Amino acid sequence: MTRTTGTAAIVGPGNIGTDLMFKLMRRSDVIEPRYMIGVDPKSDGLRRAASVGLEASHEGVDWLLAQDELPDIVFEATSAKAHAANAPRYAEAGILAVDLTPAAVGPYVCPPVNLDFNLDAINVNMITCGGQATTPMVRAVADVVDVPYAEIVASISSKSAGPGTRANIDEFTETTAEALKVVGGAATSKAIIILNPVEPPLMMRNTVFCAIPAEAGEAGELQDRILASIHDMVARVQDYVPGYHLRADPQFDHARDTWGGQARVFVPIEVKGRGDYLPDYAGNLDIITAAAARVGDIMVAHRLGVDTTWKSSADLGDLAAGAAANTETAAAVKTGV
Amino acid sequence: MGDMTIRPEDTPVVNGQVTEAEVLLRTPSAAADPSETDLRITDSTLRDGSHAMAHQYTEEQVRGVVHALDKAGVQVIEVSHGDGLGGSSFNYGFSKVDEFDLIKAAVEEAERAKIAILMLPGLGTVHHLQKAHEVGASVARIATHCTEADVSIQHFGAARELGMETVGFLMLSHKASPQVLAQQARIMVDAGAQCVYVVDSAGALVLDSAQERIAAVLAEIGREAQVGFHGHQNLSMGVANSVLAYQAGAKQIDGALCALGAGAGNSPTEVLAATYERLGIRTGIDLGEVLSAAEEVVRPFIPRLPWMDRASITQGYAGVYSSFLLHAERAADRYQVPAHAILQRVGELGYVGGQEDMIIDIALQLQQEQELGDLAGAGVR
Repeated sequence: MTRTTGTAAIVGPGNIGTDLMFKLMRRSDVIEPRYMIGVDPKSDGLRRAASVGLEASHEGVDWLLAQDELPDIVFEATSAKAHAANAPRYAEAGILAVDLTPAAVGPYVCPPVNLDFNLDAINVNMITCGGQATTPMVRAVADVVDVPYAEIVASISSKSAGPGTRANIDEFTETTAEALKVVGGAATSKAIIILNPVEPPLMMRNTVFCAIPAEAGEAGELQDRILASIHDMVARVQDYVPGYHLRADPQFDHARDTWGGQARVFVPIEVKGRGDYLPDYAGNLDIITAAAARVGDIMVAHRLGVDTTWKSSADLGDLAAGAAANTETAAAVKTGV
Repeated sequence: MGDMTIRPEDTPVVNGQVTEAEVLLRTPSAAADPSETDLRITDSTLRDGSHAMAHQYTEEQVRGVVHALDKAGVQVIEVSHGDGLGGSSFNYGFSKVDEFDLIKAAVEEAERAKIAILMLPGLGTVHHLQKAHEVGASVARIATHCTEADVSIQHFGAARELGMETVGFLMLSHKASPQVLAQQARIMVDAGAQCVYVVDSAGALVLDSAQERIAAVLAEIGREAQVGFHGHQNLSMGVANSVLAYQAGAKQIDGALCALGAGAGNSPTEVLAATYERLGIRTGIDLGEVLSAAEEVVRPFIPRLPWMDRASITQGYAGVYSSFLLHAERAADRYQVPAHAILQRVGELGYVGGQEDMIIDIALQLQQEQELGDLAGAGVR
């Protein structure tokens, strides 16, 4: 019997898990979301998942692994600690795992940079929301010149930072910084995250600073190549996160002694959420769920030996269609709760 | 100024044989026993002042300041990059000397004072905290935006485990109501903070608004922890607010020598010492020594005294994080737009501490508007 679709469990029924569920339902023909797993019987996310046809349980991963039909893939949106504990259990049960926590048990994956990751990996890590937004820009610069140091500042709306991010803030900065090296190609790195409570909520805004050779700080052919590489990479991210864009042109600063004789490029990125479930300002959540769903789609298709059927936003129609889906979701939420 | 120095009746009369203990007993600095003081001043010249120094402190300067403050009886001296541990960066400015080397030097130099560090979760991590503890820092001051205290929970836990004294810092306190601030202070205390500061990062609190916040926080946490106040001079309120804070029950107050700090500077430690002494409030600080520290140790190396100019007053008025000042001035210089207009816009858009990168965004927008001949509304009222 040849299967053409696989099943998924989402562990962690918060904002990220819920958005991921809607993305898989709308965008993947390969993955059928089957289970939503939490630990709190009063969870809104569990009720919401049940209302759209998933089997929802508050009895945690123990319950999931006791089912007769195990899922092909698990998306974990809990905490770094929880995933570190669960990862070996998934692997033992032969379940693929896409890790949306900063646990980093498996290799980092950022779709526009390394979709050629090892497809036989049993566990992959989605870095962090800030990592998904900024690693591509560091890679774009590092594809042209040496980047001895990369630094990113991710500013996100307080409303879009759930308890997981808040309890794991060190893991966020450390995992993101590591990915800037491993995936982005910088020699050294730093990551900073800022939560801003202003109303109306701010869109996710990321600044990427890269130290670059002095020559690249001056107008010329090298600088033009860096710019072209950045614009090309922005387009590749937009393919699955349409709200990803440069807030202004990249700014080049001349070399300075206090920068170890290096010049600098400043790349301001804004991420407007795609709104499969979450509001516009939560671009930070959208970018990591979009990346995770897409990577999961590829992994399951590989396991089943079928082509991926991932639907980009272009395939689904314009943003108005997204808005319509949002209304449906809102209706589903109301009737479900 | 005459009365601000030690009064003759306070000086020991040295006729015949007096023991060193008797001398110490009669000089204000002898009140080094914390139980004999009414409040504790933490000096932040070597942390908040790092902003005004563009993070270019040398080890020699740090040793000089610590030596002088220690001699004056200041009980806690904070040493870190201006933006806290790990702050050395493109976004905030690179440190000339590694901050852990500076902390280590301060620890070696201090005979009585405790050395404190500042850290901002999201920028600094528990690893930085451990490293600071290893080189001898004993007070961990952990800062969040005034509504985001829950990001500090893991750091308070780690600091307490290391055996450090803990202080919570609620930054830009003017942006939260007294009630919200009290709730946030509660989160920090439950996480392990032994004191929570109302931090007026923008120098935007004016008298009652400072006192109301201290009172609300004290009502919430006063049975379990102390309350502190950190003032800035953007509207010239630092010292007055600090007096009101004490009267409302605050037991820890921040200052910096020569006001050396972000924006228009901090409440000057030497003025706090003089003012509290005049009010009969015991700080344990020897006024003559602290005046010397400011005048003879710090003043000579300051490139530019913090001052209430158009840009820094705009910060206080618009409620903008004080350390944005030099960054706004640099962006103003590069993009040819007024620094005060940048800061005004930062206030309107509600950016918080740490978002120095947004200054470049705003400068670019203002430049564009200027090219379109439209700067209306960008100036301070």
